[in-house]
Amino acid sequence: MLNRAAMRLLTAVPTLFVLVGLSFFLMHAAPGGPFDSERSLAPEIEARLAAQFHLDEPAWMQFGRYLGGLVQGDLGPSLQYESRSVASLIADGAPVSAAVGAAALLLALIGGVALGALAAMRRDGWLDRSVMVLALVGLSLPSYVVAPVLILVFALQLPWLPAGGWDGPASVLLPAVALALPQLAAIARLTRGALGEVLAAPWIRTARAKGLPERLIVFRHALKPALLPVVSWLGPAAAGLMTGSVVVEQVFGIPGIGRYFVQGALNRDYTLVLGVVLFYGALVIAFNFLVDLAYGALDPQARLE
Amino acid sequence: MSGALLKRPAIAVPAAILLLIVLLAVVGPWLAPQPFDAIDFDADWGAAPSAAHIFGTDDLGRDLFARVCVGGRLSLAVGFVSTLVSLAIGIVWGATAGWFGGRIDAVMMRIVDILYALPFMFFVILLMVLFGRHWLLIFVAIGAVSWLDMARIVRGQTLALRRQPFVDAAVVSGLGNAAILVRHVLPNLLGVVIVCATLTIPQAILVESFLSFLGLGIQEPATSWGALVNDGARAMEATPWGLIFPAVFLVLTLLAFNLLGDALRAALDEPRR
Repeated sequence: MLNRAAMRLLTAVPTLFVLVGLSFFLMHAAPGGPFDSERSLAPEIEARLAAQFHLDEPAWMQFGRYLGGLVQGDLGPSLQYESRSVASLIADGAPVSAAVGAAALLLALIGGVALGALAAMRRDGWLDRSVMVLALVGLSLPSYVVAPVLILVFALQLPWLPAGGWDGPASVLLPAVALALPQLAAIARLTRGALGEVLAAPWIRTARAKGLPERLIVFRHALKPALLPVVSWLGPAAAGLMTGSVVVEQVFGIPGIGRYFVQGALNRDYTLVLGVVLFYGALVIAFNFLVDLAYGALDPQARLE
Repeated sequence: MSGALLKRPAIAVPAAILLLIVLLAVVGPWLAPQPFDAIDFDADWGAAPSAAHIFGTDDLGRDLFARVCVGGRLSLAVGFVSTLVSLAIGIVWGATAGWFGGRIDAVMMRIVDILYALPFMFFVILLMVLFGRHWLLIFVAIGAVSWLDMARIVRGQTLALRRQPFVDAAVVSGLGNAAILVRHVLPNLLGVVIVCATLTIPQAILVESFLSFLGLGIQEPATSWGALVNDGARAMEATPWGLIFPAVFLVLTLLAFNLLGDALRAALDEPRR
């Protein structure tokens, strides 16, 4: 697994390069430009703006310029938000998105592992069956259906929580639940499957034969190896949470990064979109790297590979 | 084989639900009192469900039942067509990697790993935003991002099949790689491919409705379940049925596909008698 983690780091730079390159040329190949707004600008002003942001240069020169800035840690100026740099926009949105994302991940992990473990301990009983059906329902409930329903019930019918916006910890709760649900369901299914297999292993039979209480068997012995598939799921889960955040931030009107992405792409704000893509890409790669390390720490066999 | 499978409730029930939903999407618009994009000027805007409009009307006075059916046609079509695209890419990629093995396999699967690590939805969103919202692009874009699972599964299965005696026999008898793959390997992949496809369809429907929810998918006057959920969510306080009906159809369809895929996989994993 250390090999794998090292490989991940080595491929990170080329991967991000491909990601940025693809996005860059995709955007430049698309019709429309950042300054085609409803009020059309005078041609001289547009030419000046284009010159100011080097949009009059050929695409490959702009790409080179962008990469040059990137190497120095400069994501460039936003083309839409006047006199703001992309880095400062991301820095504004990141803590908000991170708070919601972290809450969702925590919720999905704790809830998913607990439900999955419960189901595995009562294998084929009614509890197991209902948890598994619920998990499947959870997987089939997209966040853009859950989010409006949550608002309708917990913000409008029962005025317990804010319907949107961003003030105070209470406004994290509903978005985090909407975001976490599909991941929670996936983790519950993974935990149940893996724990079920481990509980059937001979060394668990030994623990049972020695008279250990079931609680200790599950929590002290069986859960750790059973969590391996859950750990490797966290990479895709992080990507899923980021994708989901685009919708959830829009529904709840949260000032995070997700909404920059769609808005930026619609406005042809090239630098902003590239910055967000790069940020998310780097985050997903970093997450997968941590997952590889955690895998190695949890599984002695994987360390030898 | 298929008859025996259909006797199991875990397979028959979701299959029957799906059949009903598909039937409704196909036939429904003809049963509706007016076309999905026509406005009933006698009904109130956002009228509650009634005998005239069993699902009510939307905020422009269009019949919601007709709209849910027509939207279903598109959502289901996206599900099936995108899955076919992902099947084609996934099978070719996975079978090639699994069959040739060695360095080719390592490189091809490494590429899949890297693609897995990318936030792929962002590419689909970019594609949709930048190149208009043509429905053909929706099909291809979704198919093109959902073949990774298929490739992994097919590759694993092909690796296992390659060591089977009947494949050795085909090699010894002088059959070429392509012929062996088509005649001996692919038929044996059918089971896993069907299971994977059943689970890919709801993913594709999800992606399409995700795009439409953001206003990046299908455009007016055409509609899909995602677009309807989006419209419904905007007016949910005054006219909750606008959200409820398309959402129920969407979730029921996704759930039925997931149930069916799960049950088929369980049936496939059972030891053969």
